[in-house]
Amino acid sequence: MSLNAAFRYRQGQFTLDAALDLPAGVTALFGPSGCGKSTLLRCLAGLVRPRGHCRVNGETWQDDDRRLFLPTHRRAVGLVFQDARLFDHLDVFGNLRFAARRAKTLDRLDELIRLFDLAPLLHRRSATLSGGERQRVALARALLTRPKLLLLDEPLAALDARRKAEILPYLARLPEQQPIPILYVTHNLDEVLHLAQRIALMEGGQILAAGPLDALLTRLDLPLALRPDASVLLPVEVENHQPEHHLSALRLGRQRLWTTLLALPVGARTQLRVQARDVELSLDPPSRSAVLNVLPATVMAIAPHRPGQCIVRLAIEQQPLLAWVSERSRQALELEPGKQVYAQIRGLEVA
Amino acid sequence: MLSDADLTALLLTLRLAAVTTLILLVLGTPLAWWLVHARFRGKAVLEAIVALPLVLPPTVLGFYLLLALGPDGPIGRLMLALGSQPLVFTFSGLVVGSVIYSLPFVVQPLQNAFNLIGKAPLEAAATLRAGPWDRFFTVAVPLARRGFVTAATLGFAHTLGEFGVVLMLGGNIPGRTQVVSIAIYDHVEALNYDSAHMLAGTLLLLSFLLLFVVYAANRRIGVVKP
Repeated sequence: MSLNAAFRYRQGQFTLDAALDLPAGVTALFGPSGCGKSTLLRCLAGLVRPRGHCRVNGETWQDDDRRLFLPTHRRAVGLVFQDARLFDHLDVFGNLRFAARRAKTLDRLDELIRLFDLAPLLHRRSATLSGGERQRVALARALLTRPKLLLLDEPLAALDARRKAEILPYLARLPEQQPIPILYVTHNLDEVLHLAQRIALMEGGQILAAGPLDALLTRLDLPLALRPDASVLLPVEVENHQPEHHLSALRLGRQRLWTTLLALPVGARTQLRVQARDVELSLDPPSRSAVLNVLPATVMAIAPHRPGQCIVRLAIEQQPLLAWVSERSRQALELEPGKQVYAQIRGLEVA
Repeated sequence: MLSDADLTALLLTLRLAAVTTLILLVLGTPLAWWLVHARFRGKAVLEAIVALPLVLPPTVLGFYLLLALGPDGPIGRLMLALGSQPLVFTFSGLVVGSVIYSLPFVVQPLQNAFNLIGKAPLEAAATLRAGPWDRFFTVAVPLARRGFVTAATLGFAHTLGEFGVVLMLGGNIPGRTQVVSIAIYDHVEALNYDSAHMLAGTLLLLSFLLLFVVYAANRRIGVVKP
């Protein structure tokens, strides 16, 4: 299962010029509003007609050289709009059945109703549903079309934190349910870190970079590392729990990290999110410090961040880590690539 | 009680309104859809033409139709060449006149309804594997159902009250082209006020009942099961 597409599409002053090559799994499409994320999804779904080509899992949906353009209803595409777009003239069951009848997936109705906990909603009119409920129905409806490409256009943007927490678990399970390329539009980094394995960065109608999330998070030439919430993900394994201190010990290569007690079994693998603003650097191991996590690290790269401040990429056990330092400290500590330092990490959270 | 002649006029009027409404729904739906969704030059011209019967005196419309459909008019001559009679002073002629006369009353509510639906639900339907006809009949039509009810009601009611076009085009042939409004006019001309009362009252009551039932029903149209 894979997606390969390239489009050029003009809309007034705006030009989309983007190429994508994605494997199965969740790819976050990330960028500021107005950068062309939704337009790119509309091109993929065939709702507008750009120039270019689009192939999904070996099936050609568009190829200008062959004058081929499949209309939307003949593409195995699932699209969840930001505003859900349920049919107001049908109840929830009617909405689901609309998709299931046309995609011949009536036998999967029960399964999806269970997966998204829709049984209590089936006979409600869509106009009476809450935002979170609407999005759950829209997701189930899109999945019933048995898509080979799933496009999610900010499905959580209109929701408050509680509703997001309600839907995130369903989204996180999607890759196991459907090993297909899933393109998830968002401008929320938290959602990216929760859901995506890969990320495609968009700006001004173009794809700046696309690739595995951990690699792009720490590239200092990309806007991700310059955000106030710039973060890295560290793959760790649960070593043991110390309930008396309310701490869990985690293993990162040969290093050990402490975090507040986790509800994960010993041996479990997980990812820690570390924000650049929570990392302090020093040349010597700090003595008499309250910070639990101090790890030896090597400076890999430095780039200016804001006036008077730099962002530093470090390596701990081959894993990249980001830290902010002031320009003054960088000079005082003589930080440069190859320098050995100690990274004090003040905040860790399981991503 | 209504006289036989008046009853004939009433039934003829109802038949005319029913046939006209049916034809207008069949023609007006694609026209309204096209006006909403197609993009072409001169769309405003077409919209203005569709709206013309709203502002023109019916006699103007009837006059031009009389010229066009009469034995010396372009359409009349065509009919004669094809071996049939001209449409003036026939029931079919009244239908043609009524269709044109009531066109905006059917097209505009449908146009408004289609406009209100917008593209969003149709795009969603397309991503759910519904082709263009499927989308139209299973999404656009049910979402526009109030528009259809309004269009049919206004088209029907407006045709019921038609006078000028019929007078110019159909004359006053009992059983063939004499409609209620003209029968009433005849009664008044003959100072036969009792008969005029009966017929006018019947039309008033009928029109009110029609509108009342439709408006009451329109409020109660709820979820349509697939």
